[in-house]
Amino acid sequence: MKDRAQIRLLRDGRRLHLHDGPIDLIVEAFGTSAEIDAAYRAAAKRFATVLDELCSELSLLRQPARMGGPLATGIVARRMVAAVAPYGEWTFITPMAAVAGAVAEEILAVMTSAANFSRAYVNDGGDIALHLAPGEHFVVGMVERPDRPSLFGTATLDSTQPVRGMATSGWRGRSFSLGIADAVTVLADRAAMADAAATIIANAVDLPGHASVTRVPARDLAPDSDLGDRPVTQDVGELSGGEVAAALDAGAAVAQSLLCDGLLRAAALHLREATRIVGLVPEDPRQRLLPHETLQATFLQSL
Amino acid sequence: MVDDDAIRCDACPVLCYIKPGRAGACDRYANDSGQLVRIDPHVVLDRALSRGHSVVPFLGRDRDWDGSIVSGAETFITAIGAGTTYPDYKPAPFIISAEVQGVDVVTVVTEGIFSYCGVKVKIDTDRHLGPETNLVRAQGEPVGHVTTGEYGSQMLSLGGVRHLTGGSRKEGTVTCETLLNLCERKPVELTIDEGATVLVQAGKPPVVDGVQEERMRVGCGSATIGMFAKQWLGKVDEVVVVDDHITGVLSEHQAGKLLGVRETGIKMKGHRSTPGRYFRVAEPGTAWGGTNIEDPLSILQTFNPKIAWPKLRLLMVSTTGEHHAYFELDEALRPVEKELPLALSESVARIKENCEPALCTVLFMGGAGGSLRAGVTENPVRLTYSVRDALTRVTCGGAPVYVWPGGGITFMVDVSRMPEHAFGYVPTPALVAPIEFTLKLADYAALGGYMDHVRPLDSILHGEGRRHVSANPDNPWPLSPGKSTRSDQ
Repeated sequence: MKDRAQIRLLRDGRRLHLHDGPIDLIVEAFGTSAEIDAAYRAAAKRFATVLDELCSELSLLRQPARMGGPLATGIVARRMVAAVAPYGEWTFITPMAAVAGAVAEEILAVMTSAANFSRAYVNDGGDIALHLAPGEHFVVGMVERPDRPSLFGTATLDSTQPVRGMATSGWRGRSFSLGIADAVTVLADRAAMADAAATIIANAVDLPGHASVTRVPARDLAPDSDLGDRPVTQDVGELSGGEVAAALDAGAAVAQSLLCDGLLRAAALHLREATRIVGLVPEDPRQRLLPHETLQATFLQSL
Repeated sequence: MVDDDAIRCDACPVLCYIKPGRAGACDRYANDSGQLVRIDPHVVLDRALSRGHSVVPFLGRDRDWDGSIVSGAETFITAIGAGTTYPDYKPAPFIISAEVQGVDVVTVVTEGIFSYCGVKVKIDTDRHLGPETNLVRAQGEPVGHVTTGEYGSQMLSLGGVRHLTGGSRKEGTVTCETLLNLCERKPVELTIDEGATVLVQAGKPPVVDGVQEERMRVGCGSATIGMFAKQWLGKVDEVVVVDDHITGVLSEHQAGKLLGVRETGIKMKGHRSTPGRYFRVAEPGTAWGGTNIEDPLSILQTFNPKIAWPKLRLLMVSTTGEHHAYFELDEALRPVEKELPLALSESVARIKENCEPALCTVLFMGGAGGSLRAGVTENPVRLTYSVRDALTRVTCGGAPVYVWPGGGITFMVDVSRMPEHAFGYVPTPALVAPIEFTLKLADYAALGGYMDHVRPLDSILHGEGRRHVSANPDNPWPLSPGKSTRSDQ
């Protein structure tokens, strides 16, 4: 184990905090203390080498996804490559877009093989991998307007449903974005998939060439960015309602196609005061909260 | 390809190249003018972690863990499922709930846009910063005003919608920038009309007109006499504690009388309030005891020759002990400055010791009243009650808040208890602050009684690809406030 990595329980005595370089995980498993113990030990052991493994093939992971490209060696790296592979043919993306989700998945995977517990999550900076034993569920709350704490719905992700990952991407986040979305949150079968899809959709929520959007070549900000000279969003000034809608439309169209391809189960696109839900039917404003059938959800119909 | 001014960080194997003023991929190490520096953790998962000291070691240095899961005294949840999102102030529409003591709890970690917001700044100093209600300026623009002073502290009220959006564009921008910097615990120079220039930084001592404040006064001049009279007995004949508020004189003061301190014939300037207590011995200022006096003797008149005596020992000291001078009367009963006797330097040091470090503290204050309720029109007051009754817990970047009584949800939070980079702004201009609402699902149900309308969708969603579920038309729709838009069923 590297001394560099920090591994500790949070004060609540229940959640495990794993930190190494840019990786920061919060882990919680639910079950008997012996099983949680075993799961956390496995997570800690696996975590110790994750960053070194990734860094050993970092240059490869910073290359755009493409068919027939070199294969990654490490398990996490392979999860990353697999998650972005579906996009390589039509757009720019590198495996780094899925790093957080892939790490979360990997840690969760070693926990589930080492122990039996009812449910668990591994939260890597907002990109979350979930485990649900049969009959278990997580309740997910959804809020549309950030300045309104009223939940517009809760979704119950239960074990019969395919969603095991969620991720959020946007230009205000830690990673650079090519788009202007404040946040795009995606539910998908796996965390790495959600991570990649959120990145793709957040990039697509955009108003190309708009004067209010300040963009800077990624390399000017971080010389070794995998985005190279691509302009990344640094600020978004005033936008009209129509412009917000146009940007969200562009992102929603991409999200819809990913939904059809099975790359995500639901997505919420957020820009300024507006939110677009994909995976929910938007035809009638009164019925906007319908979830896609793949996201079986218990909704609070209204507030 | 790599810029000359970028540095390579070797804190971890990612080996980021970091440009000046930027942080690496971890947001923990940054390039500060060519120096690799550690900055505060970007990832703040809860209050305990953010402070870095109240975490339970797990697989510590010796990797010897007995396997026990320590039972936590605190089950306060700030950011489960969105743990690291809010320092990025990105909204998190999907938030995982956590089970706490057998109850499903929903934590909504999100950003709020506050056009009605400001900061209250408490500056621990007795120095006069400027007349009450006078404007406080940053970069020449009015950003707030001097408000009612508190014990040992001067208070500023900055920001607010009037400066943010009610004045010129520049006033708004500068106000927003000032608030943001104060909230981010950065130093900000403020100038008060007809008053001082203060460098304010949350958690740091104020710098008033270039002089760094060290200590808060131990009490007013009169209180100081009372506290230290006994320690002075026999070591000095007269003590004057100089204070802008109430200057105390030992021999006349009740405490001195009780101890049998002999009259000295001292004559003070200013207004005598009660024996041994004087108001307005000088004008307010930034010198001795928050007055404008540089020479303490300037507040004395000549000693009464019928009472005073040569060799009379006189100590003059400010309420913080920072200023002091020792005199003995000559044959003509004129005070002559002498070196402070050792026996007295102890009491001066003790005054100093009893003064707490002077700090600037910044409370962010914002109101989430109107828009917060907009989504709940059937019985909106219950949401406020829910917060007031502590059923819904409001936190700001994981820090506890004080919610004001009365309407709306107007809260104050100590910015020093919040994670770094918790604040942002929008061009309105308005501040963006994280705000979390945590409530039990059951309480949420109680909030509006809408749980009857919770309908499991699995039954109708199977089979067909998409199905519609109509809203209850009697209920307001959260997405569009007001009933009119959807009363047509």
